[in-house]
Amino acid sequence: MTSLTTTVTPTISSDVVQARPAGFLHDLTSIASRALRAVPRDPAAVIPPVFIALFFFIVNIATLKKLTGNHPGFSYTAFEMATAILLGVTGVSRAPALVLDVQTQYLDRLLLTPVRRSAILIGHMAADVAVAAALTVPILVLGVILGVRFEGGLLGVIAFVLLASLWSLAFAGFGYAIALKTGNPAAVNSVFLLFFPFLFLTSSYVPRDQLAGWLNTVAGFNPVTYLLGGLRSLVLGNGWEWSQLGQAVVAISVVGVISMAMCFAALRGRVKHSSSGK
Amino acid sequence: MTGHAIHAEALSRQFNGTRAVDNVDLRIPVGEIYGFLGPNGAGKSTTVRMLCTLLAPTGGRALVAGYDVASHPGQVRLRIGVALQDAALDPKQTGTELLRLQGRLYGLSSKAVTRRLAELSELIELGDALDRQIGTYSGGMQRRLDLAAALVHNPQVLFLDEPTTGLDPASRARAWSEIRRLNKQLGTTIFLTTQYLEEADELAHRVGIIDRGKIVAEGPPAELKRSIGSDVIVARVAGDAIASRAVVAAVPGVLSVEAHGSELVIATANGAAAISPVALALASGNVTVRDLTLRTPTLDDVFLELTGTHIERKNTAEDPS
Repeated sequence: MTSLTTTVTPTISSDVVQARPAGFLHDLTSIASRALRAVPRDPAAVIPPVFIALFFFIVNIATLKKLTGNHPGFSYTAFEMATAILLGVTGVSRAPALVLDVQTQYLDRLLLTPVRRSAILIGHMAADVAVAAALTVPILVLGVILGVRFEGGLLGVIAFVLLASLWSLAFAGFGYAIALKTGNPAAVNSVFLLFFPFLFLTSSYVPRDQLAGWLNTVAGFNPVTYLLGGLRSLVLGNGWEWSQLGQAVVAISVVGVISMAMCFAALRGRVKHSSSGK
Repeated sequence: MTGHAIHAEALSRQFNGTRAVDNVDLRIPVGEIYGFLGPNGAGKSTTVRMLCTLLAPTGGRALVAGYDVASHPGQVRLRIGVALQDAALDPKQTGTELLRLQGRLYGLSSKAVTRRLAELSELIELGDALDRQIGTYSGGMQRRLDLAAALVHNPQVLFLDEPTTGLDPASRARAWSEIRRLNKQLGTTIFLTTQYLEEADELAHRVGIIDRGKIVAEGPPAELKRSIGSDVIVARVAGDAIASRAVVAAVPGVLSVEAHGSELVIATANGAAAISPVALALASGNVTVRDLTLRTPTLDDVFLELTGTHIERKNTAEDPS
């Protein structure tokens, strides 16, 4: 113990700090800031989705454009950009990072602070919306280069990005639900598989009226059909087609309500799980 | 509240019918360093997790810093700092980012966070490493950062769950120094769980010994050790020591004898006076003595007296709790 006397003994002041509840908004921005700071340190989480989206955007146009070329006034590039955007933003979330927090017990450290439990989840989601919006940019730029035009101008672009980001958020809820329920990174990474039926049982590659009878019927129950319709109305229509946009918002809301209910239930379970000593 | 930083009554926790913590009573005054000593799996960490609101008790109640951990967990969280058994850190953040976030979540102003960061960085001596990602830190550095994260908001009560496990001797000595200083300088009440006997002995004003979820002894370390005698003679014999127990127990001045494997632990009021008669008694009983040592009692001797087993042997035989 003699070595103890040689250690530095800085003064610790007790009068400068007084812990207090920070407030929900403050908690949320703190958590979201942390999540956003982590994004550039984890490029594997964002680069592949954009790469896949750009790849299929180009390949699908090259493959299918001629088949739809005989429709006057129809731009397959504009049509396909909505599908590319969904490929780029669907399943992009910080849910794998949340799994890491569970595994490293950093989530316990957060739970030991006065932070609101919901702010932990919503803060991550706020970061996801920002990331999803950023991921749409390279796809939009490619689309514009290839001749896509927004009839609604800048507001149309904003509406397009907003719809895509909100869809990303709605779908991310499933990832968070799985992350909090299982604490298993492999399970979280497989959440994108959930999107496949949504993606293929709809008008992703050809207009809905070109789908075979049964597929057309199934597509009618698929929320992605209406989301694609809303997105495409901004680049294929004659301006603001409110019914199409309204249907897209309803479709996102339906998926969002289900996924959010699942992930907040999983959060309650995780906090309770933690309270069970697991 | 009765002026206690921690006050628990019949605190209990069951897991699938097994009582991990069984009717634990604690009364820890403000400003005390309380050592919670026990082998792995004894219930130390479960008790800490209940007291710091991570785990709901299934029985009894506990007040920490004046607030009930079950009904007012938010008030408790504002007043406690916790360094868990495993450093709970985000490897992708830098040390500075982690401490700043910690400060923000406790509602500290940017100015206060900056000031605390300066103080804490000096305290944990991480230097420029604070600006590196935590994933690059050594185990000792992570422990120190974890301690700093627990101190950002100047907690009234600090829970340290096996804070020096895995540290090298120099880092352990430094941690002990800091624990003492926090307690002395700020009057912080410290609830320290440990499986290291010398740690509890060195640091704690009082020690509670827990075994199988129950507190089996409590008091100042010196008092606990005195309770089993002034001196301890340890005789390692050939074969089973139980057969030799009666031979030694009859020696005048011997207070008690515990036999474990090939070891006899003999408590006596005067070791210097008793060691020769003990040696003679063993020789006359045809017991082959491999070695005979005289020492002052340790907390392990107290644990042995109370539970019939060495705390350190239990640790090597059981998984961490």
